[in-house]
Amino acid sequence: MPPFFRLSLRKGEKAMDLGIFLGITLLAVTFLSLLRQTRPELAVLLSAAAGVIIFLRLIGPLQELVRTFEYLAAQAQINLVYLQTVFRVMGVAYLTGFTAQICRDAGEGALALKLEMAGKVIILFLAVPVLVAILETVLRML
Amino acid sequence: MPDINIIFKIAGVGILISILNMVLKQADKEEQAQMLTLVGVVVVLLLVIQLIQRLFHDVRAVFGL
Repeated sequence: MPPFFRLSLRKGEKAMDLGIFLGITLLAVTFLSLLRQTRPELAVLLSAAAGVIIFLRLIGPLQELVRTFEYLAAQAQINLVYLQTVFRVMGVAYLTGFTAQICRDAGEGALALKLEMAGKVIILFLAVPVLVAILETVLRML
Repeated sequence: MPDINIIFKIAGVGILISILNMVLKQADKEEQAQMLTLVGVVVVLLLVIQLIQRLFHDVRAVFGL
């Protein structure tokens, strides 16, 4: 195991506690069903807040995973640039997917589609160095 | 659990504004009801914006964006 990987953040507290996610989601759903008919504009914000809270609680374990993968890559002597590209693509995908979902929730499907389009272009942009490296390797082999 | 309190806050603001809206509509004060709705949305938006800012900052820090 890498030295920094901790299965529990504090004593007696699991890093990944499923119960808290279930609780947050059910709580948000209960209040959402109350607000959806009378105050749809607040319902959108409430569902966005619930989503953000779930994501924020996932950030810590996600960071541990990222660091573990970086550790493994360093052990295998893989160029860290490629791994960082993968992580950047993951981050862009998470953020655009999350924001697009909020847009869909507010009934703006068209805007969500455009945001996802932007995310795809940015991901392609980030992937260009890897693509070039692969093609250069292939050309060297020929 | 400072995070979960925000769900309660948003739900509380929503329910409170619904009730006050009903009262104001009964008293034939449509304009005040509209203003109250706007104020509620702004208050909740301020709460949520801070949360979203924290999320974006954390994700950028983790994934090195």
